Amino acid sequence: MDATHDYHQGVAEAAGETWQLRLYVAGQSPKSLRAFANLKELCEEHLVGRYEIEVIDLIEHPALACSDDILAIPTLVRRLPAPLRKIIGDLSDTERVLVGLRLQPSLPR
Amino acid sequence: MLTTLTPAAAPLGALAKAPTGINGLDEVTGGGLPRGRPTLICGPAGSGKTLLAMEFLVRGATQFDEPGVFVAFEESAEDLAANVASLGFDVAQLESAGRLVIDHVNVNGPEIEDTGDWDLEGLFLRLGMAIDAVGAKRVVIDTIETLFGAFTNTAILRAELRRLFGWLKDRRVTAVITGERGEGTLTRHGIEEYVSDCVIVLDHRVDAQASTRRLRILKYRGSLHGTNEYPFLIGEAGISVVPITSLGLRNRVSTERMSTGVPRLDAMLGEGGYYKGGTVLVNGTAGTGKSTLAAQFCEVTCRRGERALYFAFEESQEEIVRNMSSVGMDLQRAVDADLLRFECFRPSVLGLEQHLFAMQRAVTEFAPAVVVMDPISDLLRIGSEADVSAMLTRQVDFLKARGVTALFTSLNAGTEAALPDQQIASLVDTWLLVKTMEGNGELNRLLYVLKSRGTAHSNQIREFVLTSQGIELADVYVGPQGVLTGSARQAQEALELSDGTARLDDLEQRRVNLERRRDAVAAQTAALWREFEDEADVVGQLLTHGSTGAEDRADQRVEQGRLRRADVQEPGNRAAHDPSKRGV
Repeated sequence: MDATHDYHQGVAEAAGETWQLRLYVAGQSPKSLRAFANLKELCEEHLVGRYEIEVIDLIEHPALACSDDILAIPTLVRRLPAPLRKIIGDLSDTERVLVGLRLQPSLPR
Repeated sequence: MLTTLTPAAAPLGALAKAPTGINGLDEVTGGGLPRGRPTLICGPAGSGKTLLAMEFLVRGATQFDEPGVFVAFEESAEDLAANVASLGFDVAQLESAGRLVIDHVNVNGPEIEDTGDWDLEGLFLRLGMAIDAVGAKRVVIDTIETLFGAFTNTAILRAELRRLFGWLKDRRVTAVITGERGEGTLTRHGIEEYVSDCVIVLDHRVDAQASTRRLRILKYRGSLHGTNEYPFLIGEAGISVVPITSLGLRNRVSTERMSTGVPRLDAMLGEGGYYKGGTVLVNGTAGTGKSTLAAQFCEVTCRRGERALYFAFEESQEEIVRNMSSVGMDLQRAVDADLLRFECFRPSVLGLEQHLFAMQRAVTEFAPAVVVMDPISDLLRIGSEADVSAMLTRQVDFLKARGVTALFTSLNAGTEAALPDQQIASLVDTWLLVKTMEGNGELNRLLYVLKSRGTAHSNQIREFVLTSQGIELADVYVGPQGVLTGSARQAQEALELSDGTARLDDLEQRRVNLERRRDAVAAQTAALWREFEDEADVVGQLLTHGSTGAEDRADQRVEQGRLRRADVQEPGNRAAHDPSKRGV
């Protein structure tokens, strides 16, 4: 079982589901705004019609930083399909975001 | 060798400090950690960083009204609470009382991918929320370097850590950040670069199979601090850093005396024995009766109903009880009454620190009035002389602080005191020396008081005799032959006794002689009187026939004159006829 096989299986399993994505931000910081814009663009390209984005402002809900174990801002969490995945940063490196969300096989490092 | 700084020594206007409440650490740091600033505690795994940090928070919350936040990157809150429960800290209770928050930050490295610019605002928010929840004045972050395993972009991470420490300062919390010791650097990822106010290094070394924890203040900006390595212990009541002189000089002293169990020794020390709460060193060569003196002291203490704790490094309890019964001491009775307890072990079973800890725990439990360590010279097998004397110093401080009277015995091979004895000699209040003296084909014991602080002690050497009724001290004789002991002393005693008898006989004789002389004088006087009376009779008779006598005498003179003339020769003629009288 290689990574490519994993990936195809993952995409096949995930194909029918609605993706639940949660983006943790802290206020209207440039990083947060940039992350949201990048995410929106990426979803429109790869997950048209089958994604939900929930934006959580930790300044308003700091307790969620504890319960969801969030340290870095912005953090994107793929809640569905399982398993849970976490990606940090402003999502400007599209290729790495796709790998992190398992929408593309791992990059050679 | 070791310096100490008392909190009182800090000048006015100096850096504000947050007392740690940790036994000894406040003395070493001159009052605590820099208030409102971060302090780095670094050391290898298992060196006690987490415990030190937790104790700082717990004592802050319980003793200084400074609630705290513990951010745990490595252990879960439950594990952490369980680990510190062994130190007697009830973390759960403090948490429910709103005095402490433990926030376990779960860092799952592999799930995180770096996709661009980010910051640690989530951590800041969490921390801020926890601080606000309890009004925390103290924060511990343990161990922040775990983050280096979770985030690949270390450039951002370093910038964020720098921001975090600045943020903690802005929040005016006294922070403790722990770090794992790195190769050639204080911490594996060099976070000491960001925390520059105070750096404490912990160490856990094994020397001669004995492990010792040590603490050193590497840096303390704007403050004086002790620069040495201080041993510290993790005990049942938390951490104890023991700077040698921190305890010793501030104890309440007692003027009360405790009997040594040997009446003459009590007298030698002046006014009844050792000072209560003092430290006694009994030093001597093998077989001089050091243990017997120690046991006698315990025995008399127990007889008064007080407790004694006997640490024996060479003999078992049974051996000591049996041996002491041969000199008339019934120690078993005291043991049965729970007044005397023996702790017998070979020093090599534990390291010096553990010994110290074990002994201190036993003292705390049993609460004795007297502690004996027999002999301290055995500890040299497990530590260097410097380590042993440092450990004994701490033991002395510990016992003095509790007002326990300590008696240490020490075996020295030759006539000179061993080095630790010399070093400890400055700590002890009373120093007895027992030695053997060979002479007359005997080996006898001598005891003298080498030093006894604050007592008008005797300068006399006494012979130390072990009898079936215990220890007795006897006068020694000093004469032209030197000090006399043993049978020579007894001979001298006998000699003096017979001398005395002779003197008595002599006096009696003289009295008798005097009597005789008086009789003789009386007899002579009587004879003289008799002579006198005879003569008086003769004179009386002559006076009665006075005239007759006169005529007779006139006739006699005539007759005499006639006779003498016939014989008379002229002097000049005689000289001319005598050739020997001329021409010399």
